[in-house]
Amino acid sequence: MEQKTKIHAEDGKQELMIIREFDLPLELLFKAYTEAEIVEQWMGTKVLKLENKAHGSYQFETSDARGNVVFRANGAIHGFSPNQKITRTFEMENASFGVQLEVLKFEKLTNETSKLTIHTIFESVALRDQMLALPFAQGINMAHNRLQNIVMDRFATKIPGR
Amino acid sequence: MNLRRDVFQAIADPTRRAILLLLASQSMTAGTIAANFNTARPTVSKHLQILTECELLDQEQNGREIYYHINAKKMKEVADFIEPFRSIWDDRFNKLEAVMKNYRSKNAE
Repeated sequence: MEQKTKIHAEDGKQELMIIREFDLPLELLFKAYTEAEIVEQWMGTKVLKLENKAHGSYQFETSDARGNVVFRANGAIHGFSPNQKITRTFEMENASFGVQLEVLKFEKLTNETSKLTIHTIFESVALRDQMLALPFAQGINMAHNRLQNIVMDRFATKIPGR
Repeated sequence: MNLRRDVFQAIADPTRRAILLLLASQSMTAGTIAANFNTARPTVSKHLQILTECELLDQEQNGREIYYHINAKKMKEVADFIEPFRSIWDDRFNKLEAVMKNYRSKNAE
């Protein structure tokens, strides 16, 4: 199975590259980043604000089923060139990852395909590594939770009268 | 060389990756592992067999039960901790692609 998304993260550097080729014309790929209702669909988050212009800003928010906010992020848009490049900051609110500088480069490959390169620069090497390791840790936590559920189920069936 | 290619194929499957993550926290029997998935038991057994053949998992006999545990050394060789991060972005971009293809066909009508 071909891995479509590639990550480059060299040891000891405070940056990373996310590279992906899409079966989409360049204009459609760019639109996916600039129209709030489309961003909401693929990011799975609510877009509170998205100003596509130099010195604009954006804010995303995700709530759980009970309406509690579980994720909020914001940033300033530093540069905006349609179908070419977006330069922006990204910061998760109430988290300890610091602010990131993101340079998103959009390229046409053919009439029907395009390429996105996201260059992210972190405040430090440690913060970059922490961000990279987070999904791995979450994966292990999910395994733990499933385990705990199994244990609890077994325990429950052993209690008389249940 | 053949073995190495097999290992990459082994971790390309989401169920097998989930098994590895599950076993990252502790060793388990095949039955306990299978209980974590909606997949049929023989399918999980097949995944376990592939992971064992690639040396990503070790088997240990304990009484009548066989316990599976992760071969950490082998894991480190092939599956660095970036994979789950990559996988999240891959899923996200797959969704982007699907949303935009849908958008395109709707606007073409």
